[in-house]
Amino acid sequence: MRSDLWGEILRLTADHLLLVVNAMVVAIAIGVPLGIFLTRRPKARPWLLGFANIMQTIPSLALLGFLIPIPFIGGIGKRTAIVALVLYALLPILRNTFVGILGVEAAVCESAVAMGMTDNQLLRQVQLPLAAPTIMAGIRVATVTTIGTATIAAIIGGGGLGVFIFRGVASLDTVQILAGAVPAALIALAADGGLGWVERKLSPV
Amino acid sequence: MALVEFRGVSYEIAGKPILSDLSLRVEPGETLVLLGRSGSGKTTALKMINGMLFPTRGQIFVAGKPTTEWDPIRLRRRMGYVIQEVGLFPHFTVRDNIGLVPKLEGWTPADIDSRVDLLLEKVGMPPADFRTRYPRQLSGGQRQRVGVARALAADPPVLLFDEPFGALDPVTRLELQQQFLALQRDFKKTSIFVTHDVREAMHLGSNIALLAAGRLDFIAPPREFRNAVSPEARAFLACLEN
Repeated sequence: MRSDLWGEILRLTADHLLLVVNAMVVAIAIGVPLGIFLTRRPKARPWLLGFANIMQTIPSLALLGFLIPIPFIGGIGKRTAIVALVLYALLPILRNTFVGILGVEAAVCESAVAMGMTDNQLLRQVQLPLAAPTIMAGIRVATVTTIGTATIAAIIGGGGLGVFIFRGVASLDTVQILAGAVPAALIALAADGGLGWVERKLSPV
Repeated sequence: MALVEFRGVSYEIAGKPILSDLSLRVEPGETLVLLGRSGSGKTTALKMINGMLFPTRGQIFVAGKPTTEWDPIRLRRRMGYVIQEVGLFPHFTVRDNIGLVPKLEGWTPADIDSRVDLLLEKVGMPPADFRTRYPRQLSGGQRQRVGVARALAADPPVLLFDEPFGALDPVTRLELQQQFLALQRDFKKTSIFVTHDVREAMHLGSNIALLAAGRLDFIAPPREFRNAVSPEARAFLACLEN
């Protein structure tokens, strides 16, 4: 019984990490380029930031409910859960990319343009390196939140540490709840520490 | 042929005139000072020379070609640019800051190194002490010296200065003004220099263009400028007397 529980903790922790890593890779792949796009297209700002804001206000259980009937991205299982996690993680990444780039000192950008940098050179050589810690902070916040939110994946058969928590709640079994909650909290702490370290390393000055 | 020429240039933002019908010529080798109060349109005029802004009416000719027909990147790389806030890249060393345009232009690292060292010498900063420092490790005056060296890096024919010494203490400002004159003698560049300080204008300019509310009020060499009679010119000259 004991060794069974440990085995399942390991298996579901790995499962949980899989959900989080998948969701974060997709959220970063969408959020960072979209954030850069927003710095170049002021007219798109209210639309995209509004969309990302609205996504965050939808209660997570309701969001899963909305996604299930949608073809291709919906249904039961991991894929739907990952889509929901991506939608949640998008806002902090998008917003920090955008804010980080616009926060680069105006005189620095003006000099870069006046010296004849192309927009692409301005972005790669000046704006992204100087915005990197801010962008990384957005990724860190999104990751930590996603680790917690990923526990609801279990309700639509997405697996992860939420399996323990929902089972424990249903059977009033504190050990089961802790078996889900403690590893999730430890992963979140480790991610926060590790990504915080990366953030400091990225600081260009 | 004038190196830079404004022909009937006007600029408006949302119908509000910033510059009105400005015409003037900058001959090779001269230092034209654009003098005026805050809001007189002098920075706007400067930013139109390297295609950061374009005239609403009229045209600016650089080496005989309107700025609207230049590739903006090529145009800007032929002009050094120095601003009051300096705008050094905080994540680049002094060497990489000065060597930026040469690097964009594809110089070899060895050529960049020797150019950087030469320019650091010229602005009075021993290369061995300074080339690997970051901007945050420099004083305000040193930063602006690096800013001037950076503008000279790819040997552009034209230099644009937007109140470059305005934020410095009076002693450092005077040192940099002296250095500006020395560099001007050495490199024989054509400079357009924006300032609101009439003393600086008289000291550095070979020609002074006084702008008032977006119009050219008076243009003359410093010696003649002293005898100007327009009310705006008198107002500026009054600053010399105290």
